[in-house]
Amino acid sequence: MASTVQEPALPDAPPEPKGSKVAHEESSGVWYPKWYWPSFASPATIWLAIFFILPLYVVLSVAFGTSDPIFGAPLPVYEPWYWSSSSFVHVIGRFFGAAAFWQPALLRTFVFVFLASLLCLLIGFPVAYYVARYGGKHKGLYLLLLVAPFWISYLMRIFAWQSLLTSDGIVNSILRILHIAPNPIDWLSGKPITVILALVYGYIPYLILPVYAGIDRMNVSLLEAGRDLGASPWQTFRRVTLPQSKQAILAGLVIVSLPMFGDYYTNDLMGSPKTSMFGNLIDKTITQQGQGPRAGSLVLILMVILLIPMAYYLRSTRRAAEGEG
Amino acid sequence: MSEIAIERGAERSTERGSGLGRWLRNPWRRPVFLAGFTWAYLAWSILPVLIAILFSFNAGRSRSVWQGFSMRWWTGDPNDALFHDPALRQAIVQSLRLSFITMIIAVPLGTMFAIALDRWHGRPAKTANFGMLFSFVMPEIILGVSLYLLFTNLFKGFVHLGTGAQLLGLITFQLSYPVIIVRARLLTIGPEYEEAAMDLGATPGQALWRALLPLLFPAIFASFAITFADTIDDFVTVNYLASTAASQPLSVKIYSAARGSPTPAVNAAATFMLISTMMAIGVGFLIYRVFSRGQRSGEAGAGVTDFVNA
Repeated sequence: MASTVQEPALPDAPPEPKGSKVAHEESSGVWYPKWYWPSFASPATIWLAIFFILPLYVVLSVAFGTSDPIFGAPLPVYEPWYWSSSSFVHVIGRFFGAAAFWQPALLRTFVFVFLASLLCLLIGFPVAYYVARYGGKHKGLYLLLLVAPFWISYLMRIFAWQSLLTSDGIVNSILRILHIAPNPIDWLSGKPITVILALVYGYIPYLILPVYAGIDRMNVSLLEAGRDLGASPWQTFRRVTLPQSKQAILAGLVIVSLPMFGDYYTNDLMGSPKTSMFGNLIDKTITQQGQGPRAGSLVLILMVILLIPMAYYLRSTRRAAEGEG
Repeated sequence: MSEIAIERGAERSTERGSGLGRWLRNPWRRPVFLAGFTWAYLAWSILPVLIAILFSFNAGRSRSVWQGFSMRWWTGDPNDALFHDPALRQAIVQSLRLSFITMIIAVPLGTMFAIALDRWHGRPAKTANFGMLFSFVMPEIILGVSLYLLFTNLFKGFVHLGTGAQLLGLITFQLSYPVIIVRARLLTIGPEYEEAAMDLGATPGQALWRALLPLLFPAIFASFAITFADTIDDFVTVNYLASTAASQPLSVKIYSAARGSPTPAVNAAATFMLISTMMAIGVGFLIYRVFSRGQRSGEAGAGVTDFVNA
């Protein structure tokens, strides 16, 4: 037994101190053959290669391929040197130029996502701020209520609002009783405000939690220092609180806007073709015969649009992880 | 200490001006406005769902006008009730089956991946991790459509749309949850326990199986619960990869019904999904508590002790 050479760690040893990754690596190098840990990573890696990376390549091959003239099935081209950009150019022509039928949907997507994300922040920040700062001994309860929407399916939450907004629904009844709108309002006939509010309702929990975590992590003594040095509360908020929570706010905004860009179901349940978004274009095109290459091109364009926010988010989470441990 | 500072701050503040102005001058006093705002938000976020649950017990066909309490849409109606409508019953089975199999495959795959990432810091590991996180932030429509195109073109005749394709898609989509959860746990454990076990004569395999794995149980069970709950709620991936009506789970049925003319049976179906999710999370949390309680009372090395005794 080699137990005298190296003292075994006590069961209640404190967690590994920060920045000890190097020691960690060296010690595991002593114990394990080189192939040992890589072999643990290989099943999931191979899985991701086949079912995540390969499909993205198929999207490229479909987008730059053709479709069967008789049956309309897509004929993907897997050799890049034979790729044809005709479908892709056609799709771009639908967005810009003389035959830009899809341009309204593209612009609408940007406007809706921008407004909905902004509203998420305006509503979510005060809530996150209140729970982080003043939650006190009820913090657990608040967090439970803030997390609850995660475990209620998105569909059910949107479906619940759909019922409330029907012409004989509760919202119209309340408006009638309060004499705001004597005649029922047709909320579900493709009103932008309905779709935007539904997006806010659906995705706001994803913003509140990271922002809450950011404010909760913040050092309170910095605020006290700011106040002691004579800053007004507004100045303290603007020059201490906001800069300190900037990362969390940006991460929250990215994490709500990414799925909104790909959302089609909210509009399907709460809007009409008058309010369709980019996701609806993909969803409609993919089910149509002979439109495979166009659907592929649309997916490709959406990925390119989202590449920068996705890269930003991955970079910021990695930096946060490295900063912590 | 900070509380004293807060109190003093409150005293120092002048007591005039409007509510908001006063709050801006001294944010340390009890923020009545913020408290009201937060509770209004919570009510807004949760009340609609409670109303939807209530309407699953409506006696009439309407899901917006209350016509009295009844179990009609759960069990009463011989054709349209959730537990009698053959299509909805099949959908329940499909939902539970997809979630269970996804959970059983995704969690072990993800756990192994997390352990590997924690112990192996080579460049390939970083690349694989990046790919995993990339799949995590990718909007689901991209994932769903790209898998649909994969299965209908390159893998045509090899993977058929339906349950098999749905499972492959769901596992891909859920893989990142166990990786993230187990990795977070591994960061707090460190390699000491396995080293201790190997000092006492264990092989690397035994150290992993009998020292590390028991320590990871809380994270693994949490992953089981979250994966199960999230798969029940999923409908983008399963919708694109479904073949016939028979492979549509509850979520897809709700989606198509909500676009037509839904009856309160859809409310009942959604409530059933909610209960399944809550039960999965509840059971996961209980198991988590049981396993982590033992560790909090200083038995973190239980696995090591067991090994020595054996």
